[in-house]
Parts: sequence; structure tokens; C-alpha cells
Amino acid sequence: MNRGDGYQLPLRLAALGFLTVVVQIAAISQVTVFGVSADISPLVVASVGLLAGSLPGAVFGFAVGLFVDLALVQTLGVSSLLLIAIGYGAGRLRELRDPAHGLVPLVVGAAATGLATVGFALMQFLLGVRAPVSWLLLREVVVTILIGSLLALPVYALVRRIVRGSLPQDPRRRRRRAYTTGGLSPLQRPSAGR
Amino acid sequence: MYDKQVRRRRAVLALLVVVSLILLTAYFGESAGSPLHSVQRGVVAVLSPIQDGASRALKPVRDLFGWFGDTARAKTERDQLRKQRDQLLQEVAGYRVAMQENAQLRGVLGVDDSSGLRDYRQHTARVIGRSLDNLVSDRLQLDAGSGDGVRVGDPVIGSGSGPNTGGLIGHISFVGPDYAIVTLITDPSSAVSVRVLDNAGDFGLMKSSVGNPLDLLVQLLPRNAQIQQGDIVVTAGSRSSSLESLYPPNIPVGRVTKADPLELDADQQVHVAPIADLRHLDFAQILTGPASASGQQRAQVTGGAGGP
Repeated sequence: MNRGDGYQLPLRLAALGFLTVVVQIAAISQVTVFGVSADISPLVVASVGLLAGSLPGAVFGFAVGLFVDLALVQTLGVSSLLLIAIGYGAGRLRELRDPAHGLVPLVVGAAATGLATVGFALMQFLLGVRAPVSWLLLREVVVTILIGSLLALPVYALVRRIVRGSLPQDPRRRRRRAYTTGGLSPLQRPSAGR
Repeated sequence: MYDKQVRRRRAVLALLVVVSLILLTAYFGESAGSPLHSVQRGVVAVLSPIQDGASRALKPVRDLFGWFGDTARAKTERDQLRKQRDQLLQEVAGYRVAMQENAQLRGVLGVDDSSGLRDYRQHTARVIGRSLDNLVSDRLQLDAGSGDGVRVGDPVIGSGSGPNTGGLIGHISFVGPDYAIVTLITDPSSAVSVRVLDNAGDFGLMKSSVGNPLDLLVQLLPRNAQIQQGDIVVTAGSRSSSLESLYPPNIPVGRVTKADPLELDADQQVHVAPIADLRHLDFAQILTGPASASGQQRAQVTGGAGGP
């Protein structure tokens, strides 16, 4: 590992966060599906958490949330708090369970979207913004989670493609390298007793 | 080593959460000119060109996704509009039948179906004076008088081609040889019987509110009236020979600006803004003609005659 490798991940994450917010505000927020627009920022933060771990996930969530609040002229700190929780939670899931199932990003994306949507509404309510609690709101939350679930897998694949080369510890990459560079899998390895 | 990593992770997490909470609290309690708001404005100013460029670049993508949504929405709207069209066709047919029956019955009963302004000649006059204090007395002076056929009690409406020039403005309360004094509907002594064009056509009495003449109050309304903001208010008028109204019916007067159900239930009133721009009138139209023949009698009844 040369000296520049240590900056690879932060640089890539910074570029990813900037692009995420700009694309979200300039394009995705302006497209509505069934009356709601998709929000890819919790999906990207959750993907970073799943790929890079809890600490990078939390820091990335904080930065993206702060950038979103600044760009949308919202109360600073609201999005940061929610995205910190999402990034950290996804990272802890990776660190504790290391789930390998292909649909894990979908489930995590749905949970992240739900947490972001409900959490944001709840925090606005706590800050005194009058929001009618109705079936319409509930329907919007459900549709938003569904759209987030649909986008979760492509967003995860894209984020993985962007940060793949700069991840310091990728368990799958480590396993793959072991098998493809001459190492034997545990099934093929002869037992010590023979 | 592991403990150190855990402690570091938890410390960073706590730091991020604390910073977020500090930002939230500081921003929420600050005024619009505070440092955090200034930073935010600066970031938005820097980001705006980038967002503009990104928005232009991503427009085809937006349009593509928007096309799917628009197509689905257009189909839904088309179906709804077809249903509305069918309903309206049925209603139009019903209205036409009702209009024919109405005309026939009016002919049978010999009812006078002339409406409001058609009975009146209109004389245009220039505004040449205004009362100094519109809180106590809100009146105008016009350059037309008895020599022009103007009489006490004649209704006066706004004149001109602008959007806020029509509508009732008041009545003639004093007539000189070549001038006349108009008591505006915003004058504290003025009261106009009006009808609110809501679903029920509720009648009420319109007066100016204390301290804010341009905020008119329609009072004596039914407590359960279904009046909404934006409803038009017109003169009620009266065609009865025994109790003739000062104003012909159906002259637009104002638009409901506030219809609070609680206020309606407690005080039986709604708030109305006059249609005519009473503070910027240059001309006015005096409705003279057959209906003002008994103007002197009305002036005696209402006590409207007097100097400015």
C-alpha cells in the first residue's frame, strides 16, 4: 500500500457525497412517482456503511446530511442526525453479521428510506412545523419506502463500483484473493490428521 | 487494540451526534442574519450555478421519467374529465329546461325581470376631493351635481378599465349644483344590505370595521352559513315598492377575505375586502335614472344628506 492509498477512500467518498446531493436536488427530487419523489441520500449512506463500516458510514452520513441541509436551506443538523444513524447502523450490521445475501442491500435500503422519511417528519414535527398526520402521509411514507427499495440494489451496485478499489478491508475480496491465488478453500484443504 | 478501536468509534459517533445537535439548536434559535444562516446563504450561492448546470444537463433524464408519470397521470385525468363532462352535459340540459320554464312562468305572472344596472343611466364624474381622515369620515367629492341629474341616494360605482376599478363604492349623500358628495361603503356610517354568493346566497349587512375601514364586515349572517374565502359579495337590493333598497341588486361589492367558522358562529360575521380600489379612484360612475326618483325620500329615511 503506497502513501496515497490512505486518501483514496475519503476522496472518493467526498466526490460521491457531492454528486449524490447535486443529482438528488437537480434531478431526482423533481421527478415524482405516484406523488412522491425518491431520495437516494439514505440509500447511498447505507451502502457506504455496508461497504466501508460503521465509522466511515457515520462520518459520510454526517457530511452528506450537512450538505443537504445547507443546499436546501433547511434547519442544519436534522438530516445529519438521521444519516449518521443510517450510516452507523448499516456499518454495524456489516461488522457484526457480515451478511452475504444478495438481497441485504435491498432490505437495508428499505429500512434506511423508512427511517429517513419517518425520522425527518418526526423531527420537523418536534421543531414545530405543522404537518397533518393523515392517511395521505402514511401512503406517501409507504410509497417512498417502496421506491427506495426498488432503487436500493442499483444504488448499492453503483456505490460499490465507486469505492471498491479503495476499501482497506473487504472480506469478500480477501476470500476471493485467497482462492484465486493458489490457496485452497476449506473444503479442498486436506485435514491435518491424514 | 480492539478496545481502542471501539472507544475511537464510539467517541467519533458521539462527537458527530453532539455537533449535529449543536448545529440544530444554534440554527433553530438564530435570526435570519446570524452566522450560520450567512454560511448557508454562501453555500447556496456557490451551489446555485452548479445546480443550474446539473439541472440543465439532467433535464433529458427528468423528462424521460416525467414522461412516464405524465402519461399515467394524463390517462387518469382523461377518465376524470370524461366523467365530469358527462355530468356537466346533464346539468346543462337541466338548466336549459329550467330557464325555459322560468321565462314562461315569468311571462304568465308578469314579473319584472329587469336586473339592477339596466334601469339606471350612468354618469361619469371625476373625483375632485377626498375626506382627510377616512377613519372618522370616508367620503369623496365628485364634479357632477344636480345640474347633471344627480340626486341624493344615487348609487356610485367605480369607473375605469383596470382590474380593481369596478364594484360599488358608495352612494350620493349630498348634492350641490355642480358637485356631489359620495359616502363610501367604508365610511363608519355606511351600511349596505348584501348577499354572499356562496351555495345558499346568504344575506347580511355590511359595515366597515373599527380602525380598519378597508376591512368590511358582513354581519347578521346565519351561524351555519357555508361561506368560504374568495366568495363574491353583491348588493342584495330590493324590488319591493314599500321597502326600496338604496342600491340596485347584484352590484359586486367585495370578496370574502376571511371566513372563520368560530367567528361566524360567535359573531355571525365574515370579513370582506372591497372590489373597487377605494384609495386610488380618479373617476366614478353615478347611477342616475328612474330608480333615483325617490332619492330625496330615501335620504330622509337614511339620514344620508349632509355636508362633507
